[in-house]
This record gives sequence, structure tokens and C-alpha cells, in this order.
Amino acid sequence: MTITDEEVRQIALHANDIRQTIVRMLAAAGSGHTAGPLGMSDIFAALYFHVLKHDPKNPSWPERDRLFLSNGHIAPVLYASMAHSGYFPVEECLTLRKFGSRLQGHPERHMLPGLESTSGPLGSGISQAAGYAYAARMDGRDFRVYVATSDGEHDEGNSWEGAMFASAKKLGNLTQVIDRNFIQIDGNTEDVMPLEPFGDKYRAFGWHVIDIDGHDIRQFIGACEEAKTVTDKPTLIHARTTPGKGIKSIENDYLWHGKPPSKAEEVVFLKELELAREELLK
Amino acid sequence: MINKEMHLREDLFSAKGGSASGGDGPTMVPTRNGFGKGVVEAGRADVRVVVLSADLAESTRADAFQKEFPERFVEVGVAEQNMATVAAGMAAFGKIPFITSYATFSPGRNWEQIRTTAAINNMPVKVCGMHAGLLTGPDGATHQALEDIALMRAMPNMIVISPCDAEEGRRATLAAAKTGTPVYLRFGRDKTPVMTTPETPFEIGKAQVFWKSNNPKVAVFATGHLVHSALLAARELEGKGIGTAVVNVHTIKPLDKDLIVSLARETGSVVTVEEHQIAGGLGGAIAELLAQECPTPIEFVGVQDKFGQSGEPKELLEAYGLGVSHIIEAIKKALARRGI
Repeated sequence: MTITDEEVRQIALHANDIRQTIVRMLAAAGSGHTAGPLGMSDIFAALYFHVLKHDPKNPSWPERDRLFLSNGHIAPVLYASMAHSGYFPVEECLTLRKFGSRLQGHPERHMLPGLESTSGPLGSGISQAAGYAYAARMDGRDFRVYVATSDGEHDEGNSWEGAMFASAKKLGNLTQVIDRNFIQIDGNTEDVMPLEPFGDKYRAFGWHVIDIDGHDIRQFIGACEEAKTVTDKPTLIHARTTPGKGIKSIENDYLWHGKPPSKAEEVVFLKELELAREELLK
Repeated sequence: MINKEMHLREDLFSAKGGSASGGDGPTMVPTRNGFGKGVVEAGRADVRVVVLSADLAESTRADAFQKEFPERFVEVGVAEQNMATVAAGMAAFGKIPFITSYATFSPGRNWEQIRTTAAINNMPVKVCGMHAGLLTGPDGATHQALEDIALMRAMPNMIVISPCDAEEGRRATLAAAKTGTPVYLRFGRDKTPVMTTPETPFEIGKAQVFWKSNNPKVAVFATGHLVHSALLAARELEGKGIGTAVVNVHTIKPLDKDLIVSLARETGSVVTVEEHQIAGGLGGAIAELLAQECPTPIEFVGVQDKFGQSGEPKELLEAYGLGVSHIIEAIKKALARRGI
């Protein structure tokens, strides 16, 4: 399946919308994580506006592809992508982290239709997605299961247990997308607990690994297509991303992992994103 | 005297054979064997039932299911956190997974995974903790789960069941398959007396009066195989003119509040009996309930804030104060507190 330049541009515009909503919702919430959601906006835009087989008006459609978010703290990018693709009104995003909101600080499956799992405690998403993919294969179902993970959560043993399981069970219907942004709360991943050579570790674990630039929408979509052709092993899309992508002043700064923009920063950030949008529209 | 309505085994007290709990029940079977049988029956009744094993298929008795339903048996290796989370994923798809290991590892090691992916998610994952309690014996403290009830009881959405014998273990397993919720099932390693029969009523959340003297003065609430020891204590005391009621509290959550409160009211004093830490277990649950609904003197027979150690089951039960004589002592103490 080829994708046209215009389609790529449309997805990039959706990614810009998503980023703007992320900034607004985090500023309104007054807490939450900024760098990860911004860094994964291009990939989530591509997932929700191109890759995933889904129906926002019918979130429990049995034939939908399943997307598990393992690192639940990047929920803003998930919520914003869901809202912009039609699951719920975009304005509801501003209720993030507020009492009574369906948009919990970390996603809770029973609160919001369209969520496949409850997550936040790190390292358990690969196993859940693998269990789901395994059960689906038992019943001969042919949708795909995707799981978005972070690099920091690969400090957790459970992540690697899940990686072993998915490989042992030859789960060709499972695709993992890793947000390899090299930061975690206490610092850079290679300082806190080195993960390199990350892709090679997964290769050694028996996964099909595709290395991409996580902000190259065309590469990401191509990798998702390639994953579908590998039927005897799970695929890892090893996406090199820039944390905080789109806001130059915070890109690659681990201090932005776990804090929101202030009201003043919100104005500045939105202005920068609006300029980027105008560039895309040229 | 034995409550006939419970259809317990006629030979409950009569046959020979050493009992881990100090009794001499006729048929000695580990409760985990009841799980092995029950899960196969659950598998026959419902194709959605699957069993996951963390490298302990034989000793958890998951191997019976493996033999009959190899395509529905999932080996995950020595990885309890993975087992819980894979099961949660399978349950999200629509399966009814039973996850099997020793209770110290599951729900011990994987407690947070169970909390987040099974309980908060409200997925029908059935956590089957084997080798609970001192009955694990020579393996020692690391393998003797004495905190598992507390761990699971504190968790919203979780049902907690501790069967009194192998037959009830079978019934509890069958019932657990049908709840649509997460369930914790607690089983032991060593042989213990079988008291119940297929005719014994079993319903999750309904405690059972196994023994009731005329004019009982103490209500004994027991769980697990120590129900048998409580019956032995009751029989002995009845011979001495001390009337009791013995209740099998197989479901620790949700607790059968009506029955427990009404018996506490009727008798005026309570003894709880469990092979678990007193803190947070059955005793804790009943104390919480009665403190609110019917303040009653309570004596606790259970492990007193200690870890286990290697030894034979029977000697461990005695050493940790869980023998029949300890139950009798507790009953007398409960009476003495009321000046009886």
C-alpha cells in the first residue's frame, strides 16, 4: 500500500492538532507528562488516522485492531488522538486529571470506551497485548494487536518476560511500537540504566525489528505494513523519537518528562505549534 | 452436633489415618487436587476456560487440564508477573484464565500486576495460589504463604475463597469460573481431611454452619482445612458440656455478614481459626465486621506475626499455635472473658 505526499501531510496536520490539544490539556490539568506525548504525536496520528482498523463511533467493534498503551503516563497523546479522530469531543480533553473525568491521569479501561486496558504501572503492556494476541489467535481472529511502550519501562523485568512470551508463542499478529526517546524521570536512559543495544536485544529475543525515525510518518506506516508480512514472530518498530518534539525549547530535556506547561508556557508553545501548522499548510 | 443439612461425610470423625491438622479424617486429599479436578470440569463446561502455568504444572495440579486441553493450556515459564498480565490480556479478549503457581509467588510476587490489570480492569482472571500456609512444610518460610488472604482481601473487585477441603476446592473452582470477576482461590499442599460431599451446598459468599450444639456459647469461624480441627475441638468440648457453633467461612470476601453477625449475637463470643497471619486475614475481617455491627469478644487462632520454617506440617501447626488444643484453649478463653 503506497501513501501519497498529501496523505502524509494530512497526518502531519493531525499530529499538529494532537500536539496543540496535548499542550492545552496539560496546562489545564496543571500536572502530567509533556515530553512523551509530544514525542509520540506523529506515531499516534498515523495510528489513528491511517494504520488502525477502527470505528470511533463504535469503539467495541469486534473486528477493530487493538491498541494497548503500556506506558500509561503518555495518556494525553492517546486521549487527544481519540478525540481528534472522533471518539469524544475534543473539549473533553480539558477535563484530564479532574475529579469525575473519564480521562484519568493514567488510562482506565472501564472509564472510557475505546481504551483496551488500564495502565500506568510500567512494564505490563507487552504481556497484556501478547495475552490478547494469543487468545485472538486461538479463536482464529485476524485483527492485529498493537502495543505502544516506552524505553524506560524496559527497566522492568515484566517487559522482558512479555517479550520472551510473545516470541516463544510466535505472535505474528502483535506489533510493538517503542518510543525510544532516551529519557526517563531520573535522567537519560543510558545513565539511569543503559538499554543499548536496544534493537539487538530484541533481535536476540526473537523479534522482527524495524528501526525507524519516529517522526517520519511514511517510515512508520511502511513499518506497520512490513510487520503484517511477518507471520511467525512479533515485530518491534524501534522508533527513535525526540521527547518534547515540536517545542524546540524543551526537546530532549528529561526535566520535561513529568511536568506540564504553565499557563504562560502554554501560550508560547501553542504559538510555536501554530507556526508549524502554517508551514504545513503552505 | 454435626449439621445434617450440610450433608457432610458420615465418617467425618471415625476413620483412621493421620491428619496434618491433628484430626483423623477418613479421606486425606490435598485441596489442590480439588482444583485439578474442578478446573478440568470447568474446562469441559466452558470452552473459554484456559489455564496458565508458571513452570509448576504438576504440583499445582494444572497438569490434569494440560492433558485434557493441551490447546488451552499456556506455559509461561517461571514468570508470575508475565502470567498475570498475559492472563489479563486473554481475559480482555474473552477467555476465562486460571493462573496457577504457589501463593507466595502469585499473588505474592505479581500483586501489582493483578491489582492493575485484573482487579482495576475487573477482568475475570482466577488467581490460584497453591502451597498456602504452613502445610507446605519442609520447603520453609519462603514457600509458606501466610499473607496472601490479606493481600487479596484489600483489593477491590476481588473475591477471596479459601476452601476447607478438596471437594470444596473442586466446587469453588467451578463456581469461580462463572463469576465474571477476578477471584483468588487458596489451596494447600499437604493432604487434609475431606469433610464435604457433592451434596454439600456451596455458594460463593455463603458461610456454612457445620456444627451447632444446643445452646452454643461460642461461635468458631474457621477457614481452610482447619475447619476440621475446629470440628474436633467442638466435639471434644461438647463432651465437657461446652456448646459451640463451627462455621466454615470459605468465602472471606465477600464475607457472609448476616450469618456471622447473627451467630455472634446468639453466642456472645467468637473464635476465628485460620492458617494465615492474624493481621488482615479471616480474623481481621471478622473483627472489622463485628466491631461495627455487634461488638463481641474475639480470640484469634492464627499465625502471630511470624514467618514459618521448615518442618513437617503437623509439627509446624502445633509449633505455631494452630493445633486442636489451641482452638480449645481459645474457646475457653473466649468464654472466660465473659465470666463463663
